[in-house]
Amino acid sequence: MTRRLLILTFILIALSCEKETVDKPVSGPTPSPLQIPKLFSNNLLDPVIPFDNPQTKEGVALGNKLFIDPILSLNNSQSCADCHLSKNAFSDSDRFSDGVEGIRGNRNSMPLFNLAWNFDEKFFWDGNTFSLEHQAFVPVTDPIEMNTTWTDVEQKLQQHPEYPTLFEQAFGTSIIDSTLVVKAIAQFERTLISSNSKFDKYLLGEVELTPEELNGFNVFMDETKGDCFHCHGNERNPLWTDNRFHNNGLDETFTDMGLGAVTGDPADNGKFKTPSLRNLQFTAPYMHDGRFTTLDEVINHYSEGLKNSNTIDPLMKKVAQGGVQLSPKDKADLKAFLLSLSDFEFINNPIFKNQ
Amino acid sequence: MKKIASLLILLLLLSCSSDDESKTYNITLSFSHNWDGTPITNSDFNTIKFTNANNNQLSIERLRYLISDIKLESNNEVINLEAYKLIDVSNNKNLSFSPSVSIPEGTYSEVSFTFGFNNEDNDTEDGYNDLNVALFNVPSMLGGGYHYMQLDGKFINSNNEEQGYNYHAIRAVDNPGTNPTFPQDTFFKVTLGNVIISKNTTLNIEMNVAEWFKNPHIWDLNALNQMLMPNSTAQIMMYNNGQNVFSLKPDTP
Repeated sequence: MTRRLLILTFILIALSCEKETVDKPVSGPTPSPLQIPKLFSNNLLDPVIPFDNPQTKEGVALGNKLFIDPILSLNNSQSCADCHLSKNAFSDSDRFSDGVEGIRGNRNSMPLFNLAWNFDEKFFWDGNTFSLEHQAFVPVTDPIEMNTTWTDVEQKLQQHPEYPTLFEQAFGTSIIDSTLVVKAIAQFERTLISSNSKFDKYLLGEVELTPEELNGFNVFMDETKGDCFHCHGNERNPLWTDNRFHNNGLDETFTDMGLGAVTGDPADNGKFKTPSLRNLQFTAPYMHDGRFTTLDEVINHYSEGLKNSNTIDPLMKKVAQGGVQLSPKDKADLKAFLLSLSDFEFINNPIFKNQ
Repeated sequence: MKKIASLLILLLLLSCSSDDESKTYNITLSFSHNWDGTPITNSDFNTIKFTNANNNQLSIERLRYLISDIKLESNNEVINLEAYKLIDVSNNKNLSFSPSVSIPEGTYSEVSFTFGFNNEDNDTEDGYNDLNVALFNVPSMLGGGYHYMQLDGKFINSNNEEQGYNYHAIRAVDNPGTNPTFPQDTFFKVTLGNVIISKNTTLNIEMNVAEWFKNPHIWDLNALNQMLMPNSTAQIMMYNNGQNVFSLKPDTP
């Protein structure tokens, strides 16, 4: 009896409210939700989109324009895209990128894709910055990157013939400040989604893998062989990274402390973010400092090149023997599998292309 | 029209009040960890400071484990609290949580959960997206599904050197490959005895990490340290040693 009364009550309330609804004119930027690939929606949590920076068509377009515009740097000499080239999966083939003053850093430019699925939101090799928006603040003022000031950038953008209108369209204001600049860039970066590698298509039942690629995947997933999956994932995680920080046995002593310099905890010394294995074909050189120029060198490192230290991850196997001792055949097949994670559609996407 | 709506809302409130007679409460489950009685948190990690029953000196660098089918039982009812939780001591995640279900006050004969997943829950086609993100998966060649626990660290080996260990508990498996076989189940039910549910109840559940290494199998890390996932004998030993790992800590005022 009570339930019926409740239902009736709700219906009456709904009817009583209906006539008071007033249609409001729709204005402002056009919502442009991320196009989430099937493998991602099937296997992962929802992407991280800040409530105060929703994806919009105008915001993404503005972010794209800013990403390739050297106006963000000292003397208008360098854009984000100069160190994050689309043909390199938004990384840099140079081991260390040149800044506007010709100064080189000590870390390889990180590739940019699937960033909205970095659930811990720690960015850079050492995780020193939280959130994609905050990440975009950093290179502009970094003396070895764009080496300018946000005040200068804001003034240049404000005096530009196009930008005030574009910010008005994207954010409802033509008053440009750094917060809106990084919001636009972050919106664009979230659209850099890579999900169309051969292996993706294999998982979707669209193509077959070669016997070598299949064996390579088995080497990858075999705890007694490659044991790559504990940090780089598996077929149920299309990111191919845990987005966490590990010491993978590169050095016995550290010149770059990595995460340890951020946390101040000696137990974190020599730890760097696990990079995604997607698009390795385009992202050489490898490791945080770009020390390896080929995938063969990377595989050899894990097979027989590990160096012990007090923070080496316990997931590193057979450290005393230098590594997991893969056979030449397993190494070659592992490489074949890794290359099957290359997404040519992503690097050739005309929407993203910046070279 | 607004007056009608207000009147109906009033009626709605009145109609609800007569149904709400028994007292129900939300509870909190809190997980803490010790080494034979000495409390440990992640601040104790990364240092070789523990000694197991085999006199192996060891550290813990990573500890996370899965529990499922968390429930309260009394004579005439079962209350499901949570389907599953991944408790990550390394990152202080889910060490304490409050299930959304409201529980009638009173005495319950037992609180229980499954360590890991039972085979049916472990083998779902859709999987669990949060566990995928945590990379808690088990390779298909080993039967797929998810880890029950990852306990990683280092120990001083017989050459007096630090060496990594990966005490990873999964469903015991033989014949890795396209048709693996399963010698015995290695998930287990943890039953923690009776509890009284009242206002602000917190169930304090303890894991004695040292138990994983001593009862009934004295664990020699020199012999069993890494690549234990495809080792069904090691998995069954973990299953045996896990039986008395958990306990319910008595309430202290």
